[in-house]
Amino acid sequence: MNLSFFDQFTSPCLLGIPLILISMLFPALLLPSPNNRWITNRLSTLQLWLFHLITKQLMIPLNKNGHKWALLLTSLMTLLLTINLLGLLPYTFTPTTQLSMNMALAFPLWLATLLTGLRNQPSIALGHLLPEGTPTPLIPALIMIETTSLLIRPLALGVRLTANLTAGHLLIQLISTATTALLPIMPTISLLTALILFLLTILEVAVAMIQAYVFVLLLSLYLQENI
Amino acid sequence: MAQPPVPLKDMKLMDVKLGQLPTWLAMRDYTPGGIVGAVRRGYDRYYNKYINVRKGGLGGISMLLASYVVISYIWSYSHIKHDRHRRYH
Repeated sequence: MNLSFFDQFTSPCLLGIPLILISMLFPALLLPSPNNRWITNRLSTLQLWLFHLITKQLMIPLNKNGHKWALLLTSLMTLLLTINLLGLLPYTFTPTTQLSMNMALAFPLWLATLLTGLRNQPSIALGHLLPEGTPTPLIPALIMIETTSLLIRPLALGVRLTANLTAGHLLIQLISTATTALLPIMPTISLLTALILFLLTILEVAVAMIQAYVFVLLLSLYLQENI
Repeated sequence: MAQPPVPLKDMKLMDVKLGQLPTWLAMRDYTPGGIVGAVRRGYDRYYNKYINVRKGGLGGISMLLASYVVISYIWSYSHIKHDRHRRYH
């Protein structure tokens, strides 16, 4: 049987149901829907505070029209945050390590921002393809460069999230393998590796949160240009 | 204490006599809507007992996360069991 470090990224099935389904549904259990009490339980209060923080941060640079995207962007941020952080628990599966899922999130949303811009203000949206103040001989080249950079955005969004999370999980697996393999041979080196593993885990928690934030922030940026 | 004559299929599990258990199980609602309702009732019981309290602590959420880890382990057992006796992982 082939053994590789990428085995952790295949979603195992039990009774025909893949684990990714449970991983996608579980965050719903962690986020209770608010009831209409004035003072709710601690979890709801924390959650409400977090959502207010996120929504305020995302909506400040957007104009009135952009505020229609508040629900979408905040829920996307919450989904990515919970999925990424839950993936750091042992034996769990992280759906955002799959490129298919991230492209499915990135591509339609990016396309929505692009089409909104082209529909509502086509000349301004196309005008973004040429920065102000470029010298005239450079215009054709720059337009092609800007078009390429525009079209590569969904790819970049999806691949960025996938690569960051996959690399993090792989690193954790590699370094923990090294730690356990070195333990009977050179315990001091194993201790050093365990220290690296500890720091790496802290980094991974940070990366999980940052990557979710970056994804949604970039989307809101693309929205700002186009709405 | 005399129990009110409740029909069998509406009785709670703890009130069902042992001999009536297969009948009770057969009469439960196994449609997708029924299963979703059962999961929701179970979750509501857990939520109202451990999380929706005035001074809930870390325990309520930790039990959820721990059960998530255990369920993930069970789900991936057939995949992981090959690593049990390997020398090089």
